[in-house]
Amino acid sequence: MDKALVIDVGKCTGCRQCELACSYEHTGTFNPARSRIAVFDFHEKGRFVPYTCTQCDQAWCQQVCPVGAITNEDGVKVVDAATCVGCKVCTIACPFGTVNYEPATGKVIKCDLCGGEPACAAACPTEAIVFTDVSVQGFEKMRAWAEKTDTAPQANA
Amino acid sequence: MAWAKRILRVNLTEGTCKAEPLNMDWAMDYLGQRGLATKYFVEEVDPKVDPLSPENKLIMTTGPLTGTGASTAARYSVVTKGPLTNCIACSNSGGYFGAELKNAGWDMIIFEGKADKPVYLVIDDDEAELHDASEIWGTSVWHTDDWIKEKHQEPQFQIAAIGVPGENGVLFSAVVNNKHRAAGRSGVGTVMGSKNLKAVAVRGTKGITVNDPEAFEKAVNDAKAVIAGNAVTHEALPTYGTQVLTNIINELGALPTRNAQDVQFEKANDISGEAMHEPRRTDGKPNLVRNAGCFGCTIACGRISQIDPTHFSVKDKPQYHHASGGVEYENAWALGADTGVGDLEALTYCNYRCNEHALDPITTGATIAAAMELYKIGALTDEDTGGIKMEFGSAEALVAAVDAICDGTDFGKLLGLGSKRLCEKFGHPDLSMSVKGQEFPAYDPRGIQGMGLTYATSNRGACHLRSYTVASEVLGIPEKTDPLVTDGKAGLVKVFQDLTAFVDSSGLCIFTTFAWSAEDIAPQIDAACEGDWSVENLMKVGERIWNLERKFNLDAGMTAEDDTLPKRILKEAAKTGPAKGLVNGLDKMLPEYYELRGWTPQGVPTEETLSRLGLA
Ligand code: SF4
Ligand code: SF4
Repeated sequence: MDKALVIDVGKCTGCRQCELACSYEHTGTFNPARSRIAVFDFHEKGRFVPYTCTQCDQAWCQQVCPVGAITNEDGVKVVDAATCVGCKVCTIACPFGTVNYEPATGKVIKCDLCGGEPACAAACPTEAIVFTDVSVQGFEKMRAWAEKTDTAPQANA
Repeated sequence: MAWAKRILRVNLTEGTCKAEPLNMDWAMDYLGQRGLATKYFVEEVDPKVDPLSPENKLIMTTGPLTGTGASTAARYSVVTKGPLTNCIACSNSGGYFGAELKNAGWDMIIFEGKADKPVYLVIDDDEAELHDASEIWGTSVWHTDDWIKEKHQEPQFQIAAIGVPGENGVLFSAVVNNKHRAAGRSGVGTVMGSKNLKAVAVRGTKGITVNDPEAFEKAVNDAKAVIAGNAVTHEALPTYGTQVLTNIINELGALPTRNAQDVQFEKANDISGEAMHEPRRTDGKPNLVRNAGCFGCTIACGRISQIDPTHFSVKDKPQYHHASGGVEYENAWALGADTGVGDLEALTYCNYRCNEHALDPITTGATIAAAMELYKIGALTDEDTGGIKMEFGSAEALVAAVDAICDGTDFGKLLGLGSKRLCEKFGHPDLSMSVKGQEFPAYDPRGIQGMGLTYATSNRGACHLRSYTVASEVLGIPEKTDPLVTDGKAGLVKVFQDLTAFVDSSGLCIFTTFAWSAEDIAPQIDAACEGDWSVENLMKVGERIWNLERKFNLDAGMTAEDDTLPKRILKEAAKTGPAKGLVNGLDKMLPEYYELRGWTPQGVPTEETLSRLGLA
């Protein structure tokens, strides 16, 4: 089963436990500035939006990398830091801005799903981020809407 | 390493910013944040200092856990001598500012002196620089926040600022960060304004480590599980925020109403946490948009609201039609029950304005309530109010009064004195519901007896956040005590005071203690920090902090006579509810409290107590 991070924006409280967990997993420090997931606070709309890489099937970043530093590992697009030359072409190619250059290391960083156990999903207290079967991403949303659908009186019922 | 081990000293007179190593000997005795900053403060500042003079200092301080992965590790405090109280002031805030400051590599910032013209401080990791604030002086917190981000092209700044009232000497100005999180009480923002300091903007990218990562991870995860398994922290607070209390406290006959003339408010339900969820009749939308967490918080008690755009308070003011911080329990009480106003939208508007201009909503509401009583007895006239009919229950009067404070009208300036000075000025000092110059919050000490002792002995003037005995007397945490009796309350208050003092020094939010005991907290601090941070030691640190603050206040000129309550609470019995016929029995609790504290009958720590705590 292919799994993906499924984000339910409505549940996010903006606590940044996901950023803390991500940065801790990857850098050994609590440092949201180096997190691969970012939470945006649209204060005046009353909305928090966690945002990260969705692991495109035909990944722009992977396709443009001139040195082949980004590879596809079971669907996850992973940056090999040793190969990355820090040219940043992938950061231009990614339409979503989720690959970013890190001045501290001179390499790019992006979500690598923590090798199969994403720290952000484990840390999220509200299940705004869950790691689940990619083919049923819409299931919960469908069910929520389905529940709201009125059963109109049937002609012959 | 939990502590950044570095402090920033900003001399506003000279315009200099200098790094200094953190005094680790003091950190071992005072932990961080409230305790450690108070230690720095009392070492450096004359207790008799005029709070609004350049000789006063102001410290913004994080705790060792601030910015780590521990739940609620958001907190920072502002420590100074408060102009409202002439006592030590320490106000605590969440949001994202504290964690950012720690991530920039600073445990605290000490501001000294006074800038000759308005300035703001920008911190970008190791670099700190003062900038000219003349373009934002005279503008709101909200405008200042947007302006600084725009000016420096840095949307990731976390910003703490004051509004216009803080510049103009309104004695209860707060420091507001992230546009709606406040270091609220005792006039800490007024001190900032007196130094010509408009704002602090921080970007921090350095990262925080802990002493024993494995032990820390375990302690933090265990503690998070406790929060997730607790009905208060996992259900009540996220759903209703602190506003879950309105109906509960009202039923208990402990919701001070119309300047504490009554103890129950007939419209309590209209301004409650439940009401915030109800679709409005006008637009079918609820007042509440969603809940929100501070940095790292797995509780998320915060309220984000949106005012009904057709409501009279915002009708022609589209600048207030967006979402922002909604009312918390204390604010809903002060602006609502205490003024007799049961209009949730009006309270939300006033709350927006308190955030926009950095006012303490508790003192704001309670001062307006006192003004309403002065008006009722004819001591305050239309001439004084600029024509505002200051009648209890009038949402129009409430809105006009809050606007007056923000706009700095003549009446606004009068209100800006706070209730104590206002009531004295108009010849009725007893109508101020304050202790040591600060108004008490949303728990009537006739209906919750322990809160009387809490208010009377709080080191920053009347306050619920110094020993929240409501937890025990109402909610049964850690065990239920009878709110109507005084027996055992002296001991309860002392334990809560010491516990709270160390929690306030750690970087954690005090709301965790609805679920966490000291045994849940100590392992997190112990794993993060070098040193011994057992429960026993932490309670002793708390007791040390309490006595240090007390000593400062006594040296500042306070005496045991100031450990009292407004006459109304001691002499006028509650008229309705479970506490009907009761006054607060402070005289039954106070001597026992002094004794338990190891203080003389005059409320002075004995030599023995001081030397036991290393304070001699
Ligand atoms: S941990 Fe969950 S609730 Fe918290 S900011 Fe991240 S997505 Fe939102
Ligand atoms: S409990 Fe509330 S105030 Fe405390 S850290 Fe969480 S959101 Fe902030």
